[in-house]
Amino acid sequence: MDTSISNKGHLSRAFTRLCHKKIAVACLVVIMTIYFLGIFAPLIAPYGYNEQDYQSIRKGPTMEHIAGTDLKGRDVFSRVLWGIQNTVIITLVTILTGALLIGVSLGLISGYYGGKVDSIIMRIGELFASFPDILLVILLAATLKPRILNVVRWIEDNTLLDGVVKSGVADYLVISLALVSFSWVGMARLVRGQVLSLKSSQYVESAQATGASTSRILFIHLLPNAIGPIVVMVSMGMGTLIGTEIILSWLGLGIQPPRPSLGTMLLEAGSISALRVVPWMLIAPGIVAWSLVLCWNLFGDAMGDVLNPRTR
Amino acid sequence: MWIYITRRLLWLPVLLLMVSAVTFTLGTYGPGDPVRVMLGTKYDEATAERLRSSLGLDRPVMVQYADYVSGAIRGDFGESLRYRGRSVGSLLVSKMWVSFQVNLAAMFVSLSIGLPLGFWIAHKQGTWLDPAVVASTLVLMSIPIMVSIPIVLWGLCLKLSLVPCSGWGGFFDLRIIVPAITMGIPGVAGLARLMRASTLDVFGQDFIRTARAKGLSERYIDIRHVLRNAIIPVVTILSFSLAGMLTTGFITERLLGIPGVGDFAIQAIFNRDYPVIMAFTLILSTAFVLANLLADIAYSLIDPRIRFS
Repeated sequence: MDTSISNKGHLSRAFTRLCHKKIAVACLVVIMTIYFLGIFAPLIAPYGYNEQDYQSIRKGPTMEHIAGTDLKGRDVFSRVLWGIQNTVIITLVTILTGALLIGVSLGLISGYYGGKVDSIIMRIGELFASFPDILLVILLAATLKPRILNVVRWIEDNTLLDGVVKSGVADYLVISLALVSFSWVGMARLVRGQVLSLKSSQYVESAQATGASTSRILFIHLLPNAIGPIVVMVSMGMGTLIGTEIILSWLGLGIQPPRPSLGTMLLEAGSISALRVVPWMLIAPGIVAWSLVLCWNLFGDAMGDVLNPRTR
Repeated sequence: MWIYITRRLLWLPVLLLMVSAVTFTLGTYGPGDPVRVMLGTKYDEATAERLRSSLGLDRPVMVQYADYVSGAIRGDFGESLRYRGRSVGSLLVSKMWVSFQVNLAAMFVSLSIGLPLGFWIAHKQGTWLDPAVVASTLVLMSIPIMVSIPIVLWGLCLKLSLVPCSGWGGFFDLRIIVPAITMGIPGVAGLARLMRASTLDVFGQDFIRTARAKGLSERYIDIRHVLRNAIIPVVTILSFSLAGMLTTGFITERLLGIPGVGDFAIQAIFNRDYPVIMAFTLILSTAFVLANLLADIAYSLIDPRIRFS
């Protein structure tokens, strides 16, 4: 039996099954569209995020401003695009570093080595998991923020780099760090479980017998078997992650004004006074936030169905 | 099983000690000086020193921490830095009571929609209704709360003028309607799915076939046999989620001006009111750990196949 063919067969079968799910495909299209709009916001947005149009302050949707303008005459549609960009950057950075880099490697280590290393890593994970996570994130973001700003200012003063604070890198760092601190735990537990169940299987034993190095066993033999659950976990967790990012920026801990974020836009549009005067301000950011979370949830569900070995 | 429970319970104090240490460290080495926040514009060195020593903030960090822990064990969480003269315990209890009422109302909404819906779509399994209802509950579940509240407010308060826009008047006040709806609707999806799965499970049981064979009417079987058995696991699991209900509402509380504990804790974080933050994280962590443990036990009672080691 050629394993490479059956392995390819599994993934391509999963992909075929995914294509049969109309909702999942539609969601993927929506997600890709929103991400595309966000990433290319500088090219697509008709106006700058801080560009004021004094002719049309507080105007409802028109041909010129398709989502209306806010209290300062800024184009809501353009600001939403820039806001998506922030959300996309922060959530991708968090997933790549927190869940994938830290979570997967700690899971591999603690599952493969077991013993003391395993219990230390898992106890630390339990500590993080027993904090009410949103509160931990807020606490971290609130206490880290001035520290990180100081560090960034120091870098600015002592090197040739300039305008770092202004570019908002520090804001990205604060939020990403806070989100990373709790996003690795679930992934580490998942990978550890996968490794534990495969560690004593015959093919790993035979790899050890042929003298394969530890890193080879981990990355060539064990990790590929965990790809399916990892993909499911990432796609299921994205909706929550985006929701948390929006909450953080809603609380004012994220990207600082005048740079827009979905959270601050929802905050501005959600108060009673804003609802009375400029109700359209809620529409564009509301729809984007809603459909991002919804589509990731539905897509994650579908991925779970497709890649779950029990329903295969 | 008993060994598992004992081990988890023994682990709890260790965990709380670590949680408190982390929060305390964040508080002590975090930015912002509570004394400066307290004095505000009246700040001068001499007053600050006096205040600092009267609060015991000038002692070594380890001493402060040990002092805090020994107090917390006796249930004394110290005094709020922001609200002078009020003990953290009494402040938190009154705020938690408000949040608890809001959450109770929200749960009532989730239950009264989710359970009948789940029960009903289980009967429609295989028709187009089943996936359609499941999908539409997911649509409602995914709406971020800072989007749903303004929408509901816009409709109920500004357009229809049915309820006052914000504030708090207790459990039997009109103003509880908006938070109950917006916080309750997201829970419908989970409950309906749970109830649907549980009902389908009961449908497959032998005693249902027996009841049908006896010639009982479908309606009678539904109420006497299916519903009663299907609802047990749902309610068991649900009753333990009560502990987790204290934290989720801070956005609702902020937007609607409800004096609950969630918004209070967020304020405390921004005000550097560390005694309040410490007490709140400790209480919540305890509640989380205990609730998780109880849920684990409940699951194992419902499904004897689950074994702990």
